[in-house]
Amino acid sequence: MLKDITIGQYFPGDSIIHRLDPRFKIIITFIYILMLFTGSNILCLTVGAVYTVMAILLSRIPCKMFVKSVRPLLPFLIITALLNLFLVDSGDTYFHWKFLKITEEGVNISVFMIIRIVLLIMGSSLLTYTTSPITLTDAIERLLSPLKKLKFPVHELAMMMSIALRFIPTLIEETDKIMSAQKARGAEIDSGSFMTRARNMISILVPLFISSFRRADELATAMECRCYNGGEGRTRLRQLKSSARDYIALAVTIIFYIAAIVVAHILK
Amino acid sequence: MAILETQELTYTYSQGSPFEKTAVDHVNLKIEEGEMVGVMGHTGSGKSTLIQHFNGLLKPTSGKVLLEGRDIWENKDKIRDVRFQVGLVFQYPEYQIFEETVYKDIAFGPKNMGLDEAEIKRRVLETAHDIGLKEELLDRSPFELSGGQKRRVAIAGVMAMEPKVLILDEPTAGLDPAGRDKIISHIKTYHERTKNTILIVSHSMEDIAGFADKILVMSKAKLFCYDDTKKVFARSEEISEIGLDVPQITKVFMELKKQGLDFGKEVYTVGYAKDLLIRQLKEREVR
Repeated sequence: MLKDITIGQYFPGDSIIHRLDPRFKIIITFIYILMLFTGSNILCLTVGAVYTVMAILLSRIPCKMFVKSVRPLLPFLIITALLNLFLVDSGDTYFHWKFLKITEEGVNISVFMIIRIVLLIMGSSLLTYTTSPITLTDAIERLLSPLKKLKFPVHELAMMMSIALRFIPTLIEETDKIMSAQKARGAEIDSGSFMTRARNMISILVPLFISSFRRADELATAMECRCYNGGEGRTRLRQLKSSARDYIALAVTIIFYIAAIVVAHILK
Repeated sequence: MAILETQELTYTYSQGSPFEKTAVDHVNLKIEEGEMVGVMGHTGSGKSTLIQHFNGLLKPTSGKVLLEGRDIWENKDKIRDVRFQVGLVFQYPEYQIFEETVYKDIAFGPKNMGLDEAEIKRRVLETAHDIGLKEELLDRSPFELSGGQKRRVAIAGVMAMEPKVLILDEPTAGLDPAGRDKIISHIKTYHERTKNTILIVSHSMEDIAGFADKILVMSKAKLFCYDDTKKVFARSEEISEIGLDVPQITKVFMELKKQGLDFGKEVYTVGYAKDLLIRQLKEREVR
């Protein structure tokens, strides 16, 4: 159950996508999201779909992983689709029963929404699949650095993010261990009624919180022992460098974005 | 009849994926009732995976685990009852404590068993006594206690379920020598009172040599040997070869043997070595 979480999972590799400058990858992802939201017709979305497939193929990450990334959001997708299907009321009516009504426009919009959300998840998963969490936060720190002038704690924010990401697997492992320990004491976690299961969650959450605080405390001490005092004057091991490749990737993305805008306007 | 038995027990992690790894490989063993068994093995030898099969936390990939002659997976819905009969104390068990008072935490297991208040109280008091927790500690918050005390609370939490088989995974890890001796002697007290079967996983041969009737050694996912403590230590050299540490005193006598001073017996506790040496010296004096 816990092992299905793919958020923030990184697949080491050496593809073109892996080697792109993470700052560019973040910007490209933003443009990509804009591209998916430009027009509301299917052809416009096709441009986005072609772009996604191209990027996925270039990343050489098994397609299975992308299917897996969508799975946790399946209930959300289904609810969105159903709401659109029944609540949108325009065009030809296909089906009518009491207050339930399915219209042409409803079908179109729900299919459209599903494709858009799936593309959105796949595209952003591509970012985390091909970029290690550390480089990702490095890039965020660099991209947000202009905000430093406004006294915004950019470095601290980035550090918090990297620590949080770093501890996800540790916490999952810890949860697994505590769950086994409580199961060994007869706690019903995957069986029993909803109320007993909810009550037994306490036996997992309390130890988990306590150990997280302990870990945070130890980490803080360890960092202080190594004279960590924030971002000022800190140099980095990995310098981010952009090359021609990054500008080309950005250019290609912008071209696709413009194509999507053009398609959206022509078909209006 | 053996209380715990495994038949061709095999467990493979992430079967069918590139990370596939067999952690327990066709293990056959029989543990008799009332025995005190020491479980040894290198990190990654499969001992932790093996013990998690005994109370059904892991389901064998193939093979069987029998508790009192019955397959524990015979009826899936009854697996919780198996966990009450085979108590498992994990490594660093103090991290699983969560209740407001020591009493409540020890009572968590018995409560899950559905026992009545009076019986729960009897069990909590008895195990607290066995493990050396003073009664006035029972109303305190477990989080105020020292590390060693917390560890004992957690162990008591499993003991209070009065399982027929109690398994402890490295109960002394991370404690100072005094704390280590204390926990071992308290476990012995519990063993004497209940006469239940106990399995203790430990890295320290020194510890195991002091209490175990029998020793189970795992190596590279396979059962290396399972025999009386004496017989296992008679194979000290083989045990050293698979990378486990034999007690220091045994090492000394192994070295003496190489130098030509053979006592003809395996020595694994300091007390025994002392007696043996004194006797030998006296014999020489007589001569």
